[in-house]
Amino acid sequence: MTLLSLQEFSVTRRGRQILQGVDLQVGPGELVGIIGRNGAGKTTLMRAALGLIDFAGQSSLAALPARARGRAVAWMPQAREIAWPVDVETLVMLGRTPHLGAGQRVSEDDRAAVEEALVRMELTPLRHRSAQRLSGGEQARVLIARALAQQTPLLMADEPIAGLDPAHQIATMQLFAELAAQGHSVIVSLHDLGLAARHCTRLVVVDRGGIAADGAPREVLSAELLRESFGLRAHLQETPEGLIFQPLDVVP
Amino acid sequence: MSRLALGLFAVVAALFTAALVVGPAPLGVWHGLVALVSGGDGPAVMVMREIRLPRALLGLMIGAGLGLAGAAMQGYLRNPLADPGLIGVSGSAALGAVLALQTGLAASVALGLPLAALAGALIGVVLVLALAGPRGSALTLILAGIAISALAAALTSLVLNLSPNPFAANEIVFWMMGSLADRSMTHVGIAAPLILLGGVMLLMLARGLDALTLGEDAAEAMGVNLTRLRLTLILGTAAVVGSATAVAGAIGFVGLVVPHLLRPLVGARPGRLLWASAFGGAAMLLAADVAVRVILPARDLKLGVVTALVGAPLFLHLIYRTRREGL
Repeated sequence: MTLLSLQEFSVTRRGRQILQGVDLQVGPGELVGIIGRNGAGKTTLMRAALGLIDFAGQSSLAALPARARGRAVAWMPQAREIAWPVDVETLVMLGRTPHLGAGQRVSEDDRAAVEEALVRMELTPLRHRSAQRLSGGEQARVLIARALAQQTPLLMADEPIAGLDPAHQIATMQLFAELAAQGHSVIVSLHDLGLAARHCTRLVVVDRGGIAADGAPREVLSAELLRESFGLRAHLQETPEGLIFQPLDVVP
Repeated sequence: MSRLALGLFAVVAALFTAALVVGPAPLGVWHGLVALVSGGDGPAVMVMREIRLPRALLGLMIGAGLGLAGAAMQGYLRNPLADPGLIGVSGSAALGAVLALQTGLAASVALGLPLAALAGALIGVVLVLALAGPRGSALTLILAGIAISALAAALTSLVLNLSPNPFAANEIVFWMMGSLADRSMTHVGIAAPLILLGGVMLLMLARGLDALTLGEDAAEAMGVNLTRLRLTLILGTAAVVGSATAVAGAIGFVGLVVPHLLRPLVGARPGRLLWASAFGGAAMLLAADVAVRVILPARDLKLGVVTALVGAPLFLHLIYRTRREGL
């Protein structure tokens, strides 16, 4: 069973070809890290795969009707937008939007999903606080809880750990790994290759309008690929603590 | 929440009754209400059914429509400073009315004025849709609205500028201040279907506007059809604001202040704010229309002047509070 399937997938924006001929399949139980330089097309790849921008080729998610897609995938954009001072519980409840028909009221299932998400993200003490007055890290957790409440098999997040402190970054990646272990799949774009190497089950490198490498972190992060796609020299070592990746130097 | 609904309903009901019993005709409260319900002949029935009832009904509908449209516009743009007049429909409706007054159409043709205003509103909304495009962003909608408002205001000024007849100019200026005086049941008949239709369209946006709290991208990914939401918003607002302007002139500040005032009471949820603002808008406009009759009964104080006089300081207070709380 694949949760996302892209075939012959291309994106052109304002006359410029950004992605071309991308093929990508994501099955259950994977934590896929999308990595690449600034402007490589990571965000474009995810947004187009969701059908939020125009593309050519095939995307299994974009082919779904809008509400069915909302039950198949939860999307966390990079901008952590909370427009109104609604309370945390209300905001997390918004994740139930695709599960509610027109005029349908919130059911026990919806409340249970929200409760589970709040507990999982340790937000129960904050549930009646205004989401706008929380710290950046707390807001990030609230928005993840919103995505969890959507209860989708696939979660896609655009740089969910950017701007978080190290502990929250690791905790977030561990949460995603936990979701993957439970049979969900998570696709995240991120810039921290160290965290990507440690926590992702699979890395997809976006470079020069296509996928430059796709596979287990140990194989993907080769010296040659790091030089070609990232302009980096790095130290990579398999340890009893897991894979350790440390960028060392910029190479021309 | 239901306490809020009950409270707002009680306030609107009280103000509606007040709008029925306050007026220059020397009628006792009880006598007037009995005449209204029982009917028959006589001056009391005439005053109640032909003068006060349409006026109160228009205050109720237009206030509710403007409050609702304001809440929807603020929810869509995710900006508490948005106003239903933003899309340029009130300006173009006013231009239509001004042209009718200037050319004499308003005097020579029955209902020439409101129909001309509706035609102006229709042209305005078609222009907004053409300029902003079917899939454009919130920003293109604002810019298109500003352009059309500016154009309509310029043309209105041009009409006044070139008006050879000072009485027509005078009439135009007074009309533009907005009023519910001397409106008949025919005016109610013109405005009611459009305000009702627009109101239903706007109320249907509740869930989409809630989802927009998370931004356009997240809302769309949760199954909200933004193109349809935007089209419904524009058409619903145009129906409400266009018909309100057509029968009552330009009445500002209701759509701006009321949602802002009620937002803390509904937990800031844009969906709940819709119906609350409909009640709140009705209450504000009915109160203002009663005030017009009580404060300076002899001087024909204009409704739009009162809503602006009440609304602007209220708005300043809200800005001050917002700044202090960082809401």
